[in-house]
Amino acid sequence: MGYVWDFFAVARNADILLAGLGQTLLLSVCGIAVGVAIGGVLAAMRLSGRRTLSWPALAFTEFYRNTPPLVHFFWFFYGLPMAFGLTLPPFAAALAALGVQSAAFFAEVFRGGILSVETGQWEAGRALGMGRVRLMRRIILPQAARRMAAPFVERSFELVKTTTLAAALAFHETIYSAMVIVTQTYRPLEVYTVVAGLFFVVLFSASQIAEWLEARGRRAGAR
Amino acid sequence: MTVAGDVVLQVEDLHKSFGSTEVLKGIDLSVRRGERIAILGSSGSGKSTLLRCMNVLEMPTRGRLILDGEAVGKPAAGGATRYREAELNRLRARVGMVFQQFNLFPHMTALENVMEGPLSVLGRPKAEARRTAQRHLERVGLGGKADAHPARLSGGQQQRVAIARALAMDPEVLLFDEPTSSLDPELVGEVLGVINDLSEDGRTMLLVTHELGFAYHFATRILFLHEGRILEDGPPEQVLKSPREERTRRFLDRFTAFRF
Ligand SMILES: Nc1ncnc2c1ncn2[C@@H]1O[C@H](COP(=O)(O)OP(=O)(O)O)[C@@H](O)[C@H]1O
Ligand SMILES: [Mg+2]
Repeated sequence: MGYVWDFFAVARNADILLAGLGQTLLLSVCGIAVGVAIGGVLAAMRLSGRRTLSWPALAFTEFYRNTPPLVHFFWFFYGLPMAFGLTLPPFAAALAALGVQSAAFFAEVFRGGILSVETGQWEAGRALGMGRVRLMRRIILPQAARRMAAPFVERSFELVKTTTLAAALAFHETIYSAMVIVTQTYRPLEVYTVVAGLFFVVLFSASQIAEWLEARGRRAGAR
Repeated sequence: MTVAGDVVLQVEDLHKSFGSTEVLKGIDLSVRRGERIAILGSSGSGKSTLLRCMNVLEMPTRGRLILDGEAVGKPAAGGATRYREAELNRLRARVGMVFQQFNLFPHMTALENVMEGPLSVLGRPKAEARRTAQRHLERVGLGGKADAHPARLSGGQQQRVAIARALAMDPEVLLFDEPTSSLDPELVGEVLGVINDLSEDGRTMLLVTHELGFAYHFATRILFLHEGRILEDGPPEQVLKSPREERTRRFLDRFTAFRF
């Protein structure tokens, strides 16, 4: 018995799907921004060399790395209203969960990049009399940034895929939109195939651009 | 203003332990302006640690540093000294260091490496920093390599850029930690040549080295370090030719075992 594909059912609802994709991208970009900001603070805390700062950051990081992301989404959406009477709209709850969770991962990316810079570079900067901030900005970060690039892109892609969990909060991103179309058309195979295709196109083109940028950065560095 | 012959840097009762091992066991040393001090000693005797304590890249466990008659840091419990970051940065800007592994900044050109200190530590205007950096590169024979990144330079050239970088800060004391030890033998000469040329400026220098011949001609004073103590301290002629201690003699004999 052959299955008869009907992508027309999807095409008719393309506007719903594309609107969902737009929300996915919006949530992704905001999530990366929040994750990078909090991740930067966490990395700085872990690298501070002070236990009162590094231990809480470590605990936070380990906690979020070792618990399922869907749980974080549910906490912010269902948990906060119950515990604190604070109700967040789906986008805000999803952004909070995503930002906080990805911060743990971004913190590790930043920390790894900074630690990968040889101690000789720190010492050379210090030996010139450079202060902490200047040393970081002029010597360490430019070198760390290049080594962070690949894992940073990797984590960002994970984040984009993780945004699909926001569907569980009834946030109208790509998956939620797909579910809406499926209930109208009964064409799950076609709809989800198109969804996979959309994600593939977005992430694959992004990775091509990232690779090109990285190669350019490498060339600039080895000039 | 101070004059030649003054004590520029004084090290008092310097101790340094890593965990429970005491690596420096009480070093007292007065460095006079214009002195060129070669520091000899077998591997592990504490030579690098001594140099690194002199610009506090390594925090001394005990003792203090006096630069130009002013004690650096505040006395703390147990004979230790506490340093504030700003104070350390000022000290390090005045006490330069050249590393065994060069440690050039790989993301900057040779010229940018040399400009970095004057620009971001001394706050010099960019044009001026560029001009003096170029002059320092010419001084070490690398005027033509200003735009090259370190990866494109030989070990000997990298070390010469590192020397130019340290010189650009116009330090009162310049520390060299085995500057030729990680170089291929045929590149040692060009670096020692550059260091030797610096003697003309009357700059105060401390040099850890295993090049005894160079130390003999270059240094005005030689220290021999053994197990964290200064065993020998005198003019090259005396330390190298008629050392006081048996230990020193044995150390020197190992270098002259193959004479031809
Ligand atoms: N950061 C460190 N941690 C622990 N031990 C160290 C450290 N740096 C040096 N040491 C030890 O201190 C001793 C002296 O080292 P060093 O000053 O490098 O000797 P040298 O330069 O004369 O070869 C050695 O035994 C070395 O293992
Ligand atoms: Mg050494």
